Amino acid sequence: MIAEIGLAALWLAAGLCALQFIAGVLGVREAGADGAVHPVSALARPAAVVQGLLLLVAFACLLRVFAVTDLSVSLVADNSHVDKPFIYRLAAAWGNHEGSMLLWVTILGLAGGLVALFERRMDDRFMKAVLAAQAFIALGFLAFLLFSSNPFARLNPPADFGAGLNPLLQDIGLAFHPPTLYLGYVGLSVAFSFVVAGLVTRQAGPELARVMRPWVLAAWVALTLGIAAGSYWAYYELGWGGWWFWDPVENASLMPWLAATALLHSVSVLAARDALRTWTIMLGVVAFSMSMVGTFLVRSGILTSVHAFAVDPERGAFILGLLAIYVGGGFGLFALRAGALAEGKRFALVSREGALVFNNVMLSGILAVVLLGTLYPLAAEALGTRVSIGPPYYNPVSAIFAVPMLLVLLVGPLLRWKRDSLSRIAVPLAIVGALLAASVTVLLLFTDAGVLPILGLAIAVALALASWLPLRGRKLKRVPLALWGSMLAHFGVAVSLAGMASETAFSIERLVAVEAGESVAVGPYQVTLQEVDPVAGPNWTALEGRLAITGGGVDTVLRPQARYFTDPPQSTSESALLTRWDGQFYAILGDAAGEGRWQLRLWWKPFVTLIWYGALLIALGGLLSIFGHLRASARSRRIREEVARRRAEKALL
Amino acid sequence: MKKLWLIIPLMLFALFLGVAAYQLTQPRDTLVRSTMIGKPLPAFDLPGATDDAPRVASGLFADGQPRLLNVWATWCVPCIAEAPQLEELAKRGVPIVGIAIRDEPEAIAQFLEQYGDPYAAIARDDIAEVQLALGSSGVPETFVIDGKGIIRHQHIGDIRESDVDEIYAKWEAAK
Repeated sequence: MIAEIGLAALWLAAGLCALQFIAGVLGVREAGADGAVHPVSALARPAAVVQGLLLLVAFACLLRVFAVTDLSVSLVADNSHVDKPFIYRLAAAWGNHEGSMLLWVTILGLAGGLVALFERRMDDRFMKAVLAAQAFIALGFLAFLLFSSNPFARLNPPADFGAGLNPLLQDIGLAFHPPTLYLGYVGLSVAFSFVVAGLVTRQAGPELARVMRPWVLAAWVALTLGIAAGSYWAYYELGWGGWWFWDPVENASLMPWLAATALLHSVSVLAARDALRTWTIMLGVVAFSMSMVGTFLVRSGILTSVHAFAVDPERGAFILGLLAIYVGGGFGLFALRAGALAEGKRFALVSREGALVFNNVMLSGILAVVLLGTLYPLAAEALGTRVSIGPPYYNPVSAIFAVPMLLVLLVGPLLRWKRDSLSRIAVPLAIVGALLAASVTVLLLFTDAGVLPILGLAIAVALALASWLPLRGRKLKRVPLALWGSMLAHFGVAVSLAGMASETAFSIERLVAVEAGESVAVGPYQVTLQEVDPVAGPNWTALEGRLAITGGGVDTVLRPQARYFTDPPQSTSESALLTRWDGQFYAILGDAAGEGRWQLRLWWKPFVTLIWYGALLIALGGLLSIFGHLRASARSRRIREEVARRRAEKALL
Repeated sequence: MKKLWLIIPLMLFALFLGVAAYQLTQPRDTLVRSTMIGKPLPAFDLPGATDDAPRVASGLFADGQPRLLNVWATWCVPCIAEAPQLEELAKRGVPIVGIAIRDEPEAIAQFLEQYGDPYAAIARDDIAEVQLALGSSGVPETFVIDGKGIIRHQHIGDIRESDVDEIYAKWEAAK
């Protein structure tokens, strides 16, 4: 019964979505002709709201069938198991293709509802265009769900146990990784709808930037958190000791983030200075395309990846079709209309705009590097050769763009809008430059790290200070919330960068085969293998190593496991981590090496945790900015209304 | 001129679309070739198929006699389909060592009774560790091992009637 309610809600939502689209299109067309609005167009906003609620009902139904493990629903039988812990039974609802698509559509619907309910800053015709674009996107994904990925399909007869969730995905971090990324993708789709509406109604000024900004920022915050969570998951769950592998699936989430980062900076320029109009519009389309391309690459299995969990060429074709319609349509509209947009305001090379344009160009460069690296194997395979592209390409080539960008970031936020001179900021420039030079010198003298890690660490040190320099000459109490946000995010970049560089430069790795009682030295620690014992969990059995760690003020026991899952059969390495303020100790229990010896992989990774703490700071900065901008916009609207009221009163007198 | 660059994103996207659509319609090469071909058999020492059968170790293979190593399981349907072909190879004098993946002694006994027993010896790999070490990605797969214990050939999937001669020739060549 629950499954049928869910399916009915989906169909109703699809119907309302069609209505919203028609109402939106009528709203745009009629108002353009003679100023009279078609009566149906008034239904666009309510349709969006009710559609969001219906999708929420559908998703709640899916959670319900998973919570009670209703094995007559084919999706539950394929992806869950009666013995699974409750939280993973819920997580299994979106740990599969159909469920995650429903989650995507639900978030999309809720976002559409929010836009319809609260966005009142733009004129009616513009909003109709936004809602029509939003409905057009949702319609495609609803059709995808209903025709090729029905999550509520019944199984007759019901299954006895259920097949279980891929044990690698049975992890609390991963349970929340996809929803966060989807929030990001959906936020970018809203920004895309705004951009499309801007092109259709020929409005691409600061107002457009201001209504887009919270959505771009929210999407960016969610993507930042999603990527950080995914990276930490790969780090401790896959047991390979690394935190980024340039895997196609990782790149699929990184590319929208890069585009969103560029977009949020260019949106700021458009909002504050009415410059970069065409560029911002294009980035809006690019950012959404990247999220669609990412979804396509992951879902179609067209690129062989270590973690392609939902591979199906037929669905790949469906997503490619949607991709062609939306992204092709977006770029087509851009090609037709962008030429007609009025040119934005001009600015000098040395100015805040200049620095932000540099940031945008460099970010686009990195995006191109990652996109090329991800798609090149695809193109090469079409020509008959197989290649694999890894860190030796990505690291140095993206650094060509990343290093200059970070150097400009040291001074960019200090510059004034429109026109500035470097001599005005000579003092902070000298301080930051000296700090940078001193860090490079110290690192060169006292470490034998490589060029990139040294540059990374030195820039991190300089940026950690430079990110707070915009406070210079300001009264602390009068600093806008959005500026706090941007400073915090830039400081987060420094923290994250320090973690990455330090992990690369100073990690110590040991691969040993030891018998019980033997010990090895890893960095500041002495590691002794005490025992290897079998242990059992709810749906797995494991060999558990007991490692005594001493030295460096530590005396503790780590228990890495080699786990064997039965439903479905698979083995995983559960790393054991010891987190200290100055880094992490990482242990993996490998295979038996014969004669009572066990393979151990041990790492000491100084300051590796800064990578994820930095990401959290970046996300927090983004959140502060959202609240800051929303509050400022609400205040200016209140002031405008107040002025209008007083004027009206005066006129009456 | 200014209009021209506005089309560039569309063109690039069209290019991507073309390549992606082409690749999507291409048949996927789902076979994963083992990188172990030409290398020595990984060392193993596994229990026999039934509890009273002797253990099977990799040392067995280095006695000058080439053998087939058949990775199979009683729960695998194509393995039933290839049973007559293995029988045929055994009849021609090819010694076949089986590795049963994630299996039960009773199930193995029943399978052999029902579909015939072409094996010189059968090992039980309860956690698929030897299978993974061999670079085998599924069942059934059959490897030709020469007399020095070097992996010479990998056959992925069930052995069809049309494959028997080829596998026999590979075994002959490994002598």
